[in-house]
Amino acid sequence: MIILHFWRVMWGIINRELLRFLNQKERFISALVRPLIWLFVFAAGFRAALGLAITPPYETYILYEVYITPGLVGMIQLFNGMQSSLSMVYDREMGSMRILMVCPLPRWFLLICKLIAGTVVSILQVYVFLAIAWFYEIQPPEIGYVYLFPALILSGLMLGALGLLLSSFIKQLENFAGVMNFVIFPMFFMSSALYPLWKMKESSLLLYNLALYNPFSQAVELIRFALYGQFNQYAFLVTLGAFIVFMLVAIWGYNPSKGMMVKKGGK
Amino acid sequence: MKTALTVENLSFAYGKKKALNHINFTLQSGECTVLLGPNGAGKSTLFSLITRLYDTHQGQIHLCGFDIKKQSRQALMRLGVVYQQTTLDIDLTVLQNLRYHLALHGISRKQGNKRIQEELERLNMYERRHEKIRQLNGGHKRRVEIARALLHNPSLLLLDEPTVGLDVPSRKSIVEHIHQLANNRALSVLWASHLIDEIYPEDQLLILHQGEIKASGSINHILLKTETDCISAAFYKLTQGAEK
Repeated sequence: MIILHFWRVMWGIINRELLRFLNQKERFISALVRPLIWLFVFAAGFRAALGLAITPPYETYILYEVYITPGLVGMIQLFNGMQSSLSMVYDREMGSMRILMVCPLPRWFLLICKLIAGTVVSILQVYVFLAIAWFYEIQPPEIGYVYLFPALILSGLMLGALGLLLSSFIKQLENFAGVMNFVIFPMFFMSSALYPLWKMKESSLLLYNLALYNPFSQAVELIRFALYGQFNQYAFLVTLGAFIVFMLVAIWGYNPSKGMMVKKGGK
Repeated sequence: MKTALTVENLSFAYGKKKALNHINFTLQSGECTVLLGPNGAGKSTLFSLITRLYDTHQGQIHLCGFDIKKQSRQALMRLGVVYQQTTLDIDLTVLQNLRYHLALHGISRKQGNKRIQEELERLNMYERRHEKIRQLNGGHKRRVEIARALLHNPSLLLLDEPTVGLDVPSRKSIVEHIHQLANNRALSVLWASHLIDEIYPEDQLLILHQGEIKASGSINHILLKTETDCISAAFYKLTQGAEK
């Protein structure tokens, strides 16, 4: 009976996130427009400036648009994770978070459900983006779309957990701009999303090292290899490790006896 | 009569500022208790502790005999809450909001649909179930929130100033509805308010001021205790009068 309760709660939270996402058409469109602008405008402009050597998982010379696509998939998930984090802070300020928090199941489970719901929404966005990219001749092997699915689950969970963690530390909605400046942009630009790491090493060793240990880089590499039907073990382990760490800190942050809820609430 | 809520020796502080100071009270089922207190009295803190938004560090809260800290699942299953701020998802319909709540309480779709119909019909809102919350006025949003809080058949209903910002007819209808519920369903109601005209003669009162319970019991009991002839005078004596 209790397992059924857990299942109904999980499905209820996922269903709510999907309904919210589909009802907010502007959110759906802007989630797609952002990576598409990068693909159609930025990548087209940089195609001439950047020459790319053959590196795994690619077996031939590729266009810059092809290189950047897994990075943009990662970008969708990164922004979605932060969007979930923003909605958590918003819900907390507006009060609807309280409805979730008085649900008679453990808080860690509710947070995991929220995380899974956000990941499902991000995967939906990714596949719509890839479908549009396919018409732009970004056409990885068909099996890649299947391999991509588990990779997207892990990377989505990792980036969502980072969002959850941040939301437990953000006190007010206004502070969210800081997250954009100090988390999203550095994570995105100091990664292998836009340029290969070996290329970065040529210009700055420090930047290369930062990008190498950036979990977002590894999430992008996991996605990149999966999209071409390959498995990158190192990227998988780093992404998994980062997910576990972020999730544990987020659960601690939302625990009413410990973490940030104590600091917000008092003693 | 069963005890729905027991609060024992409960204290809470925001840093060094004490919000609640050793408070004790019990609520019986079938009774409507109005929690009166000026702004900053500690009403919202008390609600946050009962709903486990904040953790209890000092004192104990039992809901229908279950310790809110150690047996939070059993306790929270018996609790319905209407917050001061609206907590509905404005982009979803009435039905979608209510179904989300049912899912959080593990109630099946089939059983839940029946309950939704019962609660919404009671509040004359069933015809509007497919409307988005955004399209409803303040009074109707409140009705949906009350219906939602009752869907899982709680033993204790907490209402945190639910009539704030509503016009007089909407306020009157909500106050009447809540009192009927307490009588007909043997539901215990804890109603935080600072509007004295919302109190019915048979209600119990809890007067909270500066984090302490200044008086509790029936209206007659409090009038006798304060040697006053109306609630507003008693309230004034226990709150403003206490500061002199």
